[in-house]
Amino acid sequence: MVCLVLSNLMLVGSSRIAVCIRFVALQGVLLGLLPLALHHWLLAGASIAIKGTVFPWLLFRAMREANVRREVEPYVGFSTSLMIGVAALGISSWIASRLPPLAPSISPMILPVALFTMITGLFLIVSRRQALTQVIGYLALENGVFAFGLGLVREAPVIVEMGILLDIFVAVFVMGITIFHISREFDQIDTEQLTALKDTPS
Amino acid sequence: MPPIMTAVILLLAGGFLALLTARLPRLSTAFGVGGAVAGCVVGLIQPVRVLAGGISEAWLRPWSVPYGSLSIEVDLLSAFFLVPILVLSALAAVYGQEYMAAWRGRRSTGASWFFFNALVASMIVVVIARNTALFLVAWELMSLASFFLVTFEHDKDDVRRAGWTYLVATHIGTAFLFALFLLLGRAAGSLNFISFGPAPAASAGVLFLLAVIGFGTKAGFMPLHVWLPEAHPAAPSHVSALMSGVMIKTGIYGLFRVLTFLGPPPAWWGLTLIGIGAVSGILGVLFALAQRDVKRLLAYSTVENAGIIALGLGLGLLGMSYGDLTVAVAGLAGALLHVVNHAAFKGLLFLGAGAVAHSTGTRDMDRLGGLLKRMPRTGSFFLIGAAAICALPPLNGFVSEFLIYFGAFKGVISEQPAIVYPALGLVIGLALIGGLAAACFTKAFGIVFLGEPRSESAAHAHECGRAMWIPMLALAAACAAIGLAAPAACRLVIRVLGDATGMDAFALDHVVSTLTSILSFVVGAGVALMALVIGLVFARRRLLAGREVAHAGTWDCGYLKPDARMQYTASSFSQPLARLFHGAIGTKIRSAPPKGLFPKTAFFGSELVDVFKDRLFKPLFLAVESGVSRMRWLQHGRLQLYVLYIAVTLLVLLIWKL
Repeated sequence: MVCLVLSNLMLVGSSRIAVCIRFVALQGVLLGLLPLALHHWLLAGASIAIKGTVFPWLLFRAMREANVRREVEPYVGFSTSLMIGVAALGISSWIASRLPPLAPSISPMILPVALFTMITGLFLIVSRRQALTQVIGYLALENGVFAFGLGLVREAPVIVEMGILLDIFVAVFVMGITIFHISREFDQIDTEQLTALKDTPS
Repeated sequence: MPPIMTAVILLLAGGFLALLTARLPRLSTAFGVGGAVAGCVVGLIQPVRVLAGGISEAWLRPWSVPYGSLSIEVDLLSAFFLVPILVLSALAAVYGQEYMAAWRGRRSTGASWFFFNALVASMIVVVIARNTALFLVAWELMSLASFFLVTFEHDKDDVRRAGWTYLVATHIGTAFLFALFLLLGRAAGSLNFISFGPAPAASAGVLFLLAVIGFGTKAGFMPLHVWLPEAHPAAPSHVSALMSGVMIKTGIYGLFRVLTFLGPPPAWWGLTLIGIGAVSGILGVLFALAQRDVKRLLAYSTVENAGIIALGLGLGLLGMSYGDLTVAVAGLAGALLHVVNHAAFKGLLFLGAGAVAHSTGTRDMDRLGGLLKRMPRTGSFFLIGAAAICALPPLNGFVSEFLIYFGAFKGVISEQPAIVYPALGLVIGLALIGGLAAACFTKAFGIVFLGEPRSESAAHAHECGRAMWIPMLALAAACAAIGLAAPAACRLVIRVLGDATGMDAFALDHVVSTLTSILSFVVGAGVALMALVIGLVFARRRLLAGREVAHAGTWDCGYLKPDARMQYTASSFSQPLARLFHGAIGTKIRSAPPKGLFPKTAFFGSELVDVFKDRLFKPLFLAVESGVSRMRWLQHGRLQLYVLYIAVTLLVLLIWKL
């Protein structure tokens, strides 16, 4: 749990995309270990394999092809991001304490951590410019959902979780390809520039 | 499964096949028309059986939509509306087969047939649905199908604009219907019609107003009529006939059906409807009178007829609220019968106008003329339709207006002082409408079919083919038949009324016998008059037989060669009346009257603006647009901020609920 929290903080505080990818992968693996406690071998295995190896590989490939190393000039600075991260941790533990108590689960920490991971993911999507970092945010968001699902139901419906896993696998796959194409078309993947694609008011 | 559902399935199957075979226009047309005709014929089985005295059967199947069920029933009221819908749809389909042939290969007629069949099917379901969800789905399907039919020639700018006007208007109406049915459903605890019961007085008033606005938008009550004069001319003529003849009547049906849920009506409902009816009727016919486009004229005349129906409904409600059964029955029966009658003659007139437009390529009356010689069949049928819509005996328009007049005069001599003045106003209004309608259709028929052709295309007009004139013949025959069988029609309508409103059958019998005896007398007189006219025609022919008949130029004011431009035009015919009612309809006149003894240039042009559209809806929608465009800064295209909106909203909602 503590590792998850720390990995979240690393995600918001790091400017190197490579570091972010590694940490989101680490997060995935850690989460993949959780179902082991519930004896869901298949889910754990698939989760670790996809999140720990396939995603990093896809993302590193996209990173190489798009030729970006760092998140430059995010909308929110890195130290501010860390502060916001800490605040988000506070908010999520407060929300978790107000939620109706759950059946005893893997760990009492699972709810706040899951919420925190979700908020982190959303925050990454909102505050970063590079499309690649946004994909990472999306992954973190999904990790949060995964953790929440684990915390919520003891007998995690494996089919549902597998479905989600398949979903994000496809999503990341598509996003990787899209990012590659965007970078080839526009020479960069800065979403600020994509704003110009909106409808102009008539 | 009841045969009416088979009909719906046949219609939809025909439509889908037409869509699938859109690349083979002949086959697709065959599927479309075949599906429509087969569906309508099968569909007629059940309503005819019910009208002939059979019992209505309810049919219910569960449906996965929340609160929805596939609950249908063909009771007398539904059957009464179904018959015109099915008959006119079948005739319009046959007519459309030839009418649409002109576009074959240039445009997807397959899609058009698909939407045509979908429109017919959805109209059927609207009338037989007994569950709110089913009703609203069918209602919406009906609006969308007709929208796509209206925008058939979507490459024309005015057609697209007409389509949008229609789409916006119909959705605003539907929004009111949603509110209406949700309120009804909340009070009843179920969305099935059968559970809707009388509402408490205060909320019943709100429900009544919602129904009038929601259904009135479809029915074309002023000032909610703005889409009619746009959409009807834009659509292909068989579609205009269908929309004007029966689709807007689903609005009347809905209003009537909801009124049966709301319990005994207070007097102000009747007064409201009489007011709306008078405004729609008088202004509708005035606008119609001032039009140059023949289909636009017919569209405004539809507004006028919706007004007449509203007058009848209003009178009926007034009679019900004061307990005057004769007034109530005569008003409601007149309104209901006028629904069927209007379907017959307005369908006929639109088909006739379509035949003219098909043959000459224009709908501008000032470019037509002299068509009676070139298109004798279309011309005669149009004349019959025009006479029927002017309520001339012994045709059908007369019967329904006579019933309303009868009710109103009964109201005038009633002992209830509260009925006297509204009824008196109604008589005056209806008389004014009748007179103006006669002027309007004299103009429409005279300018289009009489005189000399005003353009090359009118001079070379040709009679339309069999598939187009047989439906017109059938409708003209229907006009005459309902007129001649007036007592029977009246008896049937009152039976429908008794079933729908639950009025006392014994008391009704008395009213029926009064009405039918008067009607048979009136019809007899009408027939005698017709016989006299026909006799005179034969006498004239007899006298002229064997003698030489010379044709000479009309009195030509000293000109030696009168030409077609010297005739009355559509604008000049209506100019005196347009000036008389200038304040009400706001005609813009640009003219330079001739000056001096030897005038050089002079011109006269009049342009009609729809006051409601320009002075009410345009400012309203512009205000809405400027209000909404102030929110445009929210729409800046930054994905991050969009996600932020979502995230913040979710967080706030989560925290707020904790």
